[in-house]
Amino acid sequence: MIKAQQLSKRFYDKKRGTIRAVDSVSFHCEPGQIYGLLGANGAGKTTTLRMLATILEPTEGTALVAGYDVVRQAEKVRARVGFLSTATALYGRLTAQEMVEYFGRLHGIDETLLERRIEEIFRRLEMQEFCDRRCDQLSTGMKQKVSIARTLVHDPPVMIFDEPTLGLDVMTARTIVAFIRECRTQGKTVIFSTHVMSEAEKLCDTIGVIHNGRLLAEGTLAELRARYGQQELEEIFVRVVEEKTRRP
Amino acid sequence: MSLRNIGIVYRKELTDSLRDRRTLISMIVVPLVLMPVTTIGIGVLTAKIIGQAMKEAPLVMALGGEDSPGVMEKLRRLKTIHVVPARPDFANLISDKKIRAAVEIPKGFEEAMGRGELPTVQIDIYQGELRSTIAAQRLEQFFRGLRDAEVRERLVARGLSGSLVKPFEITEKNVASPEKVFGNTFGALLPYLVIVLCLTGAMYPAIDLTAGEKERGTIETILCSPVGRTHLVLGKFLMVLTASLATSALATSSMAATFLGAREVLAGLARDQSNTLRAAVHPSAILAIFLMVLPIAVLLSAGLLAIALFAKSYKEAQSYISPLMLLVILPAVVAVLPGVELNARLALVPVLNTSLVAKEIMTGTYHWKYMALIFASSCVYAAAAIFLAVKMFQREDVLFRT
Repeated sequence: MIKAQQLSKRFYDKKRGTIRAVDSVSFHCEPGQIYGLLGANGAGKTTTLRMLATILEPTEGTALVAGYDVVRQAEKVRARVGFLSTATALYGRLTAQEMVEYFGRLHGIDETLLERRIEEIFRRLEMQEFCDRRCDQLSTGMKQKVSIARTLVHDPPVMIFDEPTLGLDVMTARTIVAFIRECRTQGKTVIFSTHVMSEAEKLCDTIGVIHNGRLLAEGTLAELRARYGQQELEEIFVRVVEEKTRRP
Repeated sequence: MSLRNIGIVYRKELTDSLRDRRTLISMIVVPLVLMPVTTIGIGVLTAKIIGQAMKEAPLVMALGGEDSPGVMEKLRRLKTIHVVPARPDFANLISDKKIRAAVEIPKGFEEAMGRGELPTVQIDIYQGELRSTIAAQRLEQFFRGLRDAEVRERLVARGLSGSLVKPFEITEKNVASPEKVFGNTFGALLPYLVIVLCLTGAMYPAIDLTAGEKERGTIETILCSPVGRTHLVLGKFLMVLTASLATSALATSSMAATFLGAREVLAGLARDQSNTLRAAVHPSAILAIFLMVLPIAVLLSAGLLAIALFAKSYKEAQSYISPLMLLVILPAVVAVLPGVELNARLALVPVLNTSLVAKEIMTGTYHWKYMALIFASSCVYAAAAIFLAVKMFQREDVLFRT
């Protein structure tokens, strides 16, 4: 379960002064559901997700993730979250096996359980053949699998994906999309951000449109279609953004 | 505080770093191969060049002296120099190193001497040039000999003893132990090398573990793991410290091994001081120096980590750290300078204090009070550096600086 309450983040920039990267964003997402944050570049998607993953601390407001407060119980939250983005790279000089082991150990999983779990994950993701190869020698697709294995090693109830398909080729992107779906089937709470409309249409149970740090519209695809009288998500997105910029 | 997590991070960073060619080169290859080769190589080369120059008979031009055949004859017969015919452009020839020196013998030199006047012989040289200096020394020696002989002759002519000019002899004898002599000559050099190597050894891992992680995009991956940021920085710090100490220890032992191996060569080269110049260092002195350097290694490792973390990329980190190199090397160099001695105020200057006290330890002198003061002050600086590094790792604007 994820519950964001008035989540806000301000940065200070020398040239531009104070920037409200995220401005009082509230939403919630239930287990077995996929929540999609839809927004253009710089809309505040990454900052929001980083706050949920406790990588950044909110300036105001807070969020409950898997029942724990991201500000006061950050370590408990991190133990229950799998975070994946195109920015979360692998340690190139470690092998796939060592990479996943490292994160398993940091999660405090004991060695016998860790060994069993890694074996199971590697089998499911068909990674056995390259488990002893160094990460910097793997193809993009293989790297993605290692990243997925890393997020799964502690079997987290909450998954956070920050533009997970950005810059990936069609085939690799499909594995990720399939993986996100699988997380939902397993009853995990999933939140992911994207600026690709088709991806949001295909995957999300609930869509939140974020622009300039504010959550402008929220609902299921059907609700949004009804509210804005448009079939295409792209049209809906443009309408939402235009409407709010005209009447702030 | 979880030692387990720090240990996990440390073990991973160690594996990771040992697979990094740059770290391996700076941590193992440089100290093991390059250091002894360069330091001893340069020493051997310098000694060779000087030895070669000493063996040669430098070209010397004699000017004037046509009316002083006795002096000229003796000069020509000298084996240590080679006299060439006079030319008016002698000054240019010396500057161009075509000849090494010239000696100007005044007109009627022998006659003037005979009359008891005070003629002056002038030696023209290229100041600071090795072979010219050697030539000048030999000329001067020759003319001093000539002068002494003249004095003795005059005394004898007047029925006086020749020993009148030299009523007593002066000799020098070394009473300091070989350890002290060696320590005083090379003592400043070893701690200097140890400190500089602590820095160079720590440099690459410090950059690789911080700015390197940002550059490769792994910083976000590790930050979303449950490891606390303090544990993370301490694990990384331990790795940098390991590299720092390993580099330093490897360099010192390889230097020692080379010294022992090349002892005969060195003894041969330093023939004039062969009795005193024995590589006499007590093992306990080395141990004491390492103990004193330990907090400095901590200070440098933590400091480098904090600075490198601030950088966005490898390149940026290097540009911050290069001036820091100077900042560390400078006090270490000052300590090598002769005449700089330890006092209570200098005992509080980081790096410089340790170099100075290490210099004393090398000569076998242990100033326990200063050592305690220096160790304590270094520990304070080191603790401050660790604190700074930990604080830096908790700053979002540093971690996500773009």
